[in-house]
Amino acid sequence: MKADIRVALVGNPNTGKSTLFNILTGLNQKIGNFPGVTVDKKTGFCALPDGRTAEIIDLPGTYSIYPKSKDESIVFSVLADKSKGMVPDLVVVILDASNLKRNLLLYTQIADLKIPVVVALNMIDVSEKAGIKINIDLFAKKLGVPVVPISARKNTGIDKLKNAIAFANSVALQQDTIDIESIAPGIIAQIKGEMQVDNPYVALQLAHQHETLSYLSTTESDRIEQLEQEHSFHSQKAQATETIARYNFINDLLYDTVTKPEAAHDETISNKIDKILTHKVFGFVIFFAILLFIFQAIFSWSAYPMSLIEDLFIWLQAGAAKVLPAGPLSSLIIDGVLAGLSGVLVFIPQIAILFALISILEDTGYMSRVTFMMDKVMRKVGLNGKSVVPLIGGFACAVPSIMSTRTIENWKDRMITIMVTPLVACSARLPVYTLLIALVVPNRNVWWVFNLQGLALTAMYVLSIFSAIIVAFVMKFILKARERGYFIMELPVYRMPRWKNVIFTMYDRSKTFVLQAGKVIIAVSVILWVMKSYGPGDRFARIDKQYAQPQYTKTMTPDSLTKVIASEKLENSYAGVFGHVIEPVIKPLGFDWKIGIALISSFAAREVFVGTMATIYSVEGDADKLQSVQEKMHEAKNPQTGQPVFTLAVAFSLMMFYAFAMQCASTVAVVYRETKDWRWPAAQFAYMTALAYTASFIVYHWLK
Amino acid sequence: MKLSQLEVGETGIVKEFTDLEMSVKLMEMGCLPGEEVRISRIAPLGDPIAISVSGYQLSLRRFEASTIILQ
Repeated sequence: MKADIRVALVGNPNTGKSTLFNILTGLNQKIGNFPGVTVDKKTGFCALPDGRTAEIIDLPGTYSIYPKSKDESIVFSVLADKSKGMVPDLVVVILDASNLKRNLLLYTQIADLKIPVVVALNMIDVSEKAGIKINIDLFAKKLGVPVVPISARKNTGIDKLKNAIAFANSVALQQDTIDIESIAPGIIAQIKGEMQVDNPYVALQLAHQHETLSYLSTTESDRIEQLEQEHSFHSQKAQATETIARYNFINDLLYDTVTKPEAAHDETISNKIDKILTHKVFGFVIFFAILLFIFQAIFSWSAYPMSLIEDLFIWLQAGAAKVLPAGPLSSLIIDGVLAGLSGVLVFIPQIAILFALISILEDTGYMSRVTFMMDKVMRKVGLNGKSVVPLIGGFACAVPSIMSTRTIENWKDRMITIMVTPLVACSARLPVYTLLIALVVPNRNVWWVFNLQGLALTAMYVLSIFSAIIVAFVMKFILKARERGYFIMELPVYRMPRWKNVIFTMYDRSKTFVLQAGKVIIAVSVILWVMKSYGPGDRFARIDKQYAQPQYTKTMTPDSLTKVIASEKLENSYAGVFGHVIEPVIKPLGFDWKIGIALISSFAAREVFVGTMATIYSVEGDADKLQSVQEKMHEAKNPQTGQPVFTLAVAFSLMMFYAFAMQCASTVAVVYRETKDWRWPAAQFAYMTALAYTASFIVYHWLK
Repeated sequence: MKLSQLEVGETGIVKEFTDLEMSVKLMEMGCLPGEEVRISRIAPLGDPIAISVSGYQLSLRRFEASTIILQ
């Protein structure tokens, strides 16, 4: 779609910016990347009343144009980088009418960039209810820009806002807010002259942000650094001067245009809720109850849709087997691609439920209370209150959780969070655990109520959280802090969740998961299929030849003959050869070459384990009897000793390996994407593999 | 007197800051000289604290609160 004008949405967090974005663009939106950075760029199209179309860009919520986190740094780049043609024709600044003072800081900064501005005065209904009277005409006149009162939640004032966007001036007419040149006269003048910047505030921001701006060349950045030295420019002092000047302007403006009720309405509903939810005792009880509810929901609500998806794939595979002629192609499609696809898609219900619940917690404002309550504990182990969100998200999937660490401003806290999040028992480990537990742990109750299998599973989850905390604590001493940590954060008022946003988030995240993990899992399934179906040299041909001889064809039934051939072929396939090669390494953990194949293929994605087990043992099962993987594994015997392969010791050793090892190519990729340095995922892979090997070794020899 | 010395429910007016880096971040969030601040609550484990300032609730650690000098 071709847009006639480009409009950027800018505003503080918690001002209803994304709600407004959803209203303006409807379902007509897409998520991409800003060039060169991994910040999500949400864009959509909006039909204007004059028949033109506007492209709306949702910029990350920020309190000021001085970035504190990775996401926020994009705002200034988009508004100032003229080279890529991304600069919007118009900026819509969203202000929370019930909290104007702090919101106006960002407005004054944006206004001074001299891009045409329209102000959307959101939550006008809330502020009116609170008795705040705003003289909107005078307010607009003093700013020199159109001001439209709206309520994004109640969907009022949106037509007027669209009108204001359509008929906005193409030149910036806003009033100057503060005298910028006086903040740092020398350096501003010189940057303006040397870098062809005509706006003094852009020049000042270049002086502040040149080290992190990707659009500046190294020579330009070095030159600015040199100018800073010459003019002894002190970034923080200049920012302090600027901020105080801006608030002076804002206070004058509000004095003339806004009247607040005298009586301090102390006991707001939000305060009453906080008294319970952040209570010394109840606060934690409620938090753990909510966590418990989330786990219950993930497992019980997803059971039915998951079995539907599994059935669908069984039906598809059976259908494909009928339609396609037998041969390598049909085998590739059925056992490779379809098996791989079902392995990914089956997790959608769990991921969707988890993200829906997490986005409800975020939307209501509860998540910031959790970070508020947990900050002290988390800080002790080298994390940050804000690390709680990715860690909880880690129970579903580490990939989106690691992406969500971008909100952690402190570099060290963020890195430690990224490093330990993959230890949290994600949903991909769940099928591995359930399969192995069902295999070796008896299904009976202890102390009347506790199911033994359920207890074993709970223990794996508890172990995962503890291991993440211990590793974080160790890393606290290894990593050196780059900057001081701080925890200055808004606690937004409680609100009802906006269901549309919840659904959008759920859809978004599930899509990201399927696309990110799906590619890898399908690729691995295909590679694994090739490695299982072909062998080095003429080994397969020799097996076929050997069993074609009369002493076999005469003495054995056709069924058992196929079984023997298939099992011989597996052992001689590339996968089998590879399994034998690594067998000496994994023998101390109690694993044989068949488990070795599953382990290696699981390094792409853990859930591959179940499928691999199914294919490896399928060759030994009875052809007539369709057994479940569990039954097949239960009957697996060690050919030398005749003892069962999956003893208690082997099963728990395997679970330890899956608990600690970094068996997820998508996570490795996302860690690289977020850290921009291969050493991070490499270090993570190394430490997790070492932990996995040690834990498996100890558990195997302890239980043996 | 420092902000960190106030009890829940007590108010004060910000006079100055002892830490430039923190002051910049606090001022951005509307916590600047001349503003009235009130301790709204303390986290269950005693840290961080929540203050109400320029019409909303801001949470900050005790250390950060100790860099704020009140009138």
